[in-house]
Amino acid sequence: MPTYRDQAIVLRTHKLAEADRIITVLARERGKIRVVAKGVRRTKSRFGARLEPGMIVDLQCYEGRNLDTVTQAESIASYGDQIARDYRAYTSLATVLETADRLTEERAPALQQYLLLQGALAALAGCTHDASLVLDAYLLRALAIGGYAPSFFDCAQCGDPGPQLAFNVSSGGSVCPSCRRPGSVAPNRATLDLLGALLVGDWDIADASLPQHRREGNGITAAYVQWHLERGLRSLPHVEREPHVEKLPLATGFTT
Amino acid sequence: MYEGVVQDLIDELGQLPGIGPKSAQRIAFHLLQADGADVQRLITALAEVKEKVAFCTMCGNIAQATLCRICADPRRDGQAICVVEEPKDVVAIERTGEFRGRYHVLGGAISPMDGIGPEQLRVAELMSRLASGEVVEIILATDPNIEGEATAAYLARQLKPFGLRVTRLASGLPVGGDLEYADEVTLGRAFEGRRLIDA
Ligand SMILES: [Zn+2]
Ligand SMILES: [Zn+2]
Repeated sequence: MPTYRDQAIVLRTHKLAEADRIITVLARERGKIRVVAKGVRRTKSRFGARLEPGMIVDLQCYEGRNLDTVTQAESIASYGDQIARDYRAYTSLATVLETADRLTEERAPALQQYLLLQGALAALAGCTHDASLVLDAYLLRALAIGGYAPSFFDCAQCGDPGPQLAFNVSSGGSVCPSCRRPGSVAPNRATLDLLGALLVGDWDIADASLPQHRREGNGITAAYVQWHLERGLRSLPHVEREPHVEKLPLATGFTT
Repeated sequence: MYEGVVQDLIDELGQLPGIGPKSAQRIAFHLLQADGADVQRLITALAEVKEKVAFCTMCGNIAQATLCRICADPRRDGQAICVVEEPKDVVAIERTGEFRGRYHVLGGAISPMDGIGPEQLRVAELMSRLASGEVVEIILATDPNIEGEATAAYLARQLKPFGLRVTRLASGLPVGGDLEYADEVTLGRAFEGRRLIDA
């Protein structure tokens, strides 16, 4: 049986039969593929946690009639495991992985998406930037690679040089007064500058941004993604955008 | 495709977890050829399980009354709650004989890609069980995989203000698997060696 080897990022898993899983991965050379990992749900599985979402593996498979079967998986980076220990980063991870799944086709090489995804996972695991900003940067850049690059400065419709005041998700971003359509909004300029910085990976500007602009940027990015991906992302409503603030429990046991 | 009722049976069986079209067909033909009394026992068992079995109002485990066998047992230690994903995990931990406290069944793990956040699980019910002040330790025994780890991380964070002893099963449990597949010895050791979580 023909075999192959590729570096792969695990996007998601589905239970199959008794103790197997179907693993959807984005492979560096082959693009998105679905492979079967036999016995992976048993706690003594030789694959261990290497085939969990967010992990990067050196994968060996043999080709089957429908699905290929994993014969070996060596860990390259266990980002998924590191990210799962930080709940806020984990919710961003879920949306990153779901987006990568949605923007790629099975067996169509997508090296740029692979490299972008790898970078996003490393950033989430390393906590180098705020998790919510990493998510927005990933979403904007993944859409740009997918052919839906937004504009945050010049008019997205006619190219009229910016800065433009109005923004319209369905028009592709910033719009000039003559291209402006009903339903356009006028975000804060600093928010659009932040999103522009995230799109090109200018982290000095992004890291220095203020909470209110990040919040507005989250909303614009989410709207942009939901518009361009036909069915919305299931994970997006579950993303924890704000940093966690510890609240005291309701003191039901006490009387004053 | 087969005659109406036979195909209906195959379709229904095919809805069950882990049963593909071929298995559904095999089971359907097995039932067609089986003894009438055998099939009747299966029908009765199916009807009774839906009729008589419900979920414990306290912990979410399978119960035949308002409370499950464990919550209703006064000899169980009310100071410790072991949090698991599914009722079958309760069975796995009970088999080890290591735990004398009570359980809390979440009904799954947090999995945003499947549309499951904390609100879709029995998290609020867990928090309300802490109000009495009796509980001193929470053992997080979610599956040793990514969703289970993230769920444990979430719970540890939410539980932190309560000032309880929050522990996670020791990582002698190989990560990546489902808790239900762990053998008693491994699971028992993981229980003994549980570690404090610093959320
Ligand atoms: Zn224009
Ligand atoms: Zn109970």
